[in-house]
Amino acid sequence: MSAAPRRIAIFGATSRIATEAARLWLARGVALVVVARNPERLRMLTEDLGIRAGGLAEVDAMTADLADLDTLPGLWNALTERFPDLDGVLLAHGSLPDQARCEATPETMLQEIRMNALSAMSLLTVIANDFEARHRGIIAVIGSVAGDRGRSRNYVYGAAKGMLAIFLQGLRNRLHGSGVTVITLKPGYVITPMTQGFDREGLLGARPERVARGVVRAFDRRRDVVYLPWFWRPILWAIRLIPEPVFKRLPL
Amino acid sequence: MRLIEWRDRTAPLPDAVAPLLARGNGRSRGDVCRNDGGVLLLTRGMDCMIAFDRATGILDCEAGMLLGDLLHWCLPQGWMLPVVPGTRFVTVGGAIANDVHGRNHRVAGSFGRHVLEMDLLRSTGEHLRIGPTERADLFAATIGGLGLTGLITRVRLRMIPISSNLMLTESIRFGHLDAFWEINDRLGPEWAYTMARIDCITRGRSLGRGVFFAGRHAPPQPAGTRVPGWRDRSRSLPFDLPSSLINRYTVRAFNAVYYRTAAFAGRRLQHVQGHLFPLDRVHDWNRIHGRRGCYPYHCVLPHAHARDGIRTLLKRIAASGQGSFLAALKTFGDLPAPGLLSFPRSGVTLALDFANRGSRTLRLLADLDDIVSAAGGALYPGKDARMSVTMFRRGFPQWERFATLVDPAFSSTFWRRMNP
Repeated sequence: MSAAPRRIAIFGATSRIATEAARLWLARGVALVVVARNPERLRMLTEDLGIRAGGLAEVDAMTADLADLDTLPGLWNALTERFPDLDGVLLAHGSLPDQARCEATPETMLQEIRMNALSAMSLLTVIANDFEARHRGIIAVIGSVAGDRGRSRNYVYGAAKGMLAIFLQGLRNRLHGSGVTVITLKPGYVITPMTQGFDREGLLGARPERVARGVVRAFDRRRDVVYLPWFWRPILWAIRLIPEPVFKRLPL
Repeated sequence: MRLIEWRDRTAPLPDAVAPLLARGNGRSRGDVCRNDGGVLLLTRGMDCMIAFDRATGILDCEAGMLLGDLLHWCLPQGWMLPVVPGTRFVTVGGAIANDVHGRNHRVAGSFGRHVLEMDLLRSTGEHLRIGPTERADLFAATIGGLGLTGLITRVRLRMIPISSNLMLTESIRFGHLDAFWEINDRLGPEWAYTMARIDCITRGRSLGRGVFFAGRHAPPQPAGTRVPGWRDRSRSLPFDLPSSLINRYTVRAFNAVYYRTAAFAGRRLQHVQGHLFPLDRVHDWNRIHGRRGCYPYHCVLPHAHARDGIRTLLKRIAASGQGSFLAALKTFGDLPAPGLLSFPRSGVTLALDFANRGSRTLRLLADLDDIVSAAGGALYPGKDARMSVTMFRRGFPQWERFATLVDPAFSSTFWRRMNP
């Protein structure tokens, strides 16, 4: 087992979970490179992280449109050139699609598949080779419990996250023994302030801070597949066991 | 109620088809953070630091920042918020909108006194910089302004240097109300942070018995001293209890145990957060009151009528047998609060909860209102769900001037209740 990462690149760093994880890592002195699309939001985040780090850890930023798949290999090369000691990545980018619009037009559907699966898979292809050659590194990707079984309410998102999960399984298998760890993170409902205290989804929902603590812990322990919080593992196990003729009748 | 998650301090306000209201962490214990039929802008995700000057301790941050997160970051670096309320789970914006106070009001005043500047987003589309000398009228309206003057996006605060994250604390038991006044007068000048927990069940000679808590920031400890640490090891109550656990028997038993044990601690060193946030140990503790909930009651009486007024209030509460545990009693100093609707003012303040037993409880609270009114006091809007319009207007005589500065697109359930 190699040591904990010294410098972690976070893709989609302005998402709530990624931001909270970044703050936790900084507090431990891990150097960060944060990558996101919106330059203004990224600047605000970098400012925030810099003040919180208080000179104890380096924070750098890079803007990139992660939906532009052709540019991703170049982006990774630029990152490793600037930061040769990069030995951890967290892929947290994605979008929560509007299922109804995905059902209406193939373009929207494909765009969501690109954002939630193809983008991460393109990046992973480059990163995996790079880390493999260096015999070290931790790769963690935020998937979703939605990828464990297709549901009428969000199957486009689910299909993308499911594809990603299977890709990561294979990648983990391939890199086993190379010194590179591949982690699949599967958060359940995340309470944004949006749902907090209003929906009674409250019992299963977790705050982004809690999910982020789970992400950091998964890095520490070099886990394979992590449900966040843990109780989603038995829930999803049970959901996967329901026979399809029954499942299709359920209003899920 | 429509909810909009607000993360970007540079974004424009939505076109208002219904009244807007910012909501931070939702810890106000009444309807000032509700906006039935309107739109809530949920600001918890807007919590970035913007700038920090290590030489002066002046911090710029976004309004959704939790005080707890701020303390977690600044305490190890030797900085402390000059004023903290009894819970760290409130946002900076919420602390300003309610102009919160702490145990050190006599020396520090209210939270708003330490706000140097704010950015306020108005429904006209203007993003205004406001401060004590810049648009001072709007600044005075926004402090303690219950979120009604617009959306606070950025805040500039002054922090105070501390030489350790420890406090020297002392707890002293007192057998009746007169003893409280004596201890309060004696210890007040020496201890920056003071307050007392009062037993609201005992009557007669033991009326107003309780425990007095005093604290001050401790100097650095000599190397090798065993110092208390602090870990966020809070428990939570995951669901509403089916019915209230609060009745005169449980409260009597709890208070008796509390009174007999709390003062054992005597003089000791405590972590700042351990001393100032005892209630944060149990998340969602309010659920102990069951599904019907409770009514908080938080009043202030001017010094001139405080001793008689507090005695009358406690007598009435004890006679009703409805008082919950952990009533808080403390004195406010003379430092004026900067807000038009600020609650803290020179006087004595009493806060406690009553389990909701319907009309019986409301009748009791109406009686308490009469006592508070007669003493020239006021109720805390941040903990109110039922005060009368007259009570509000008497307690906050500048309400008319305030009303002219309210953003026309903003409102709250509380504000509509006060302007029927």
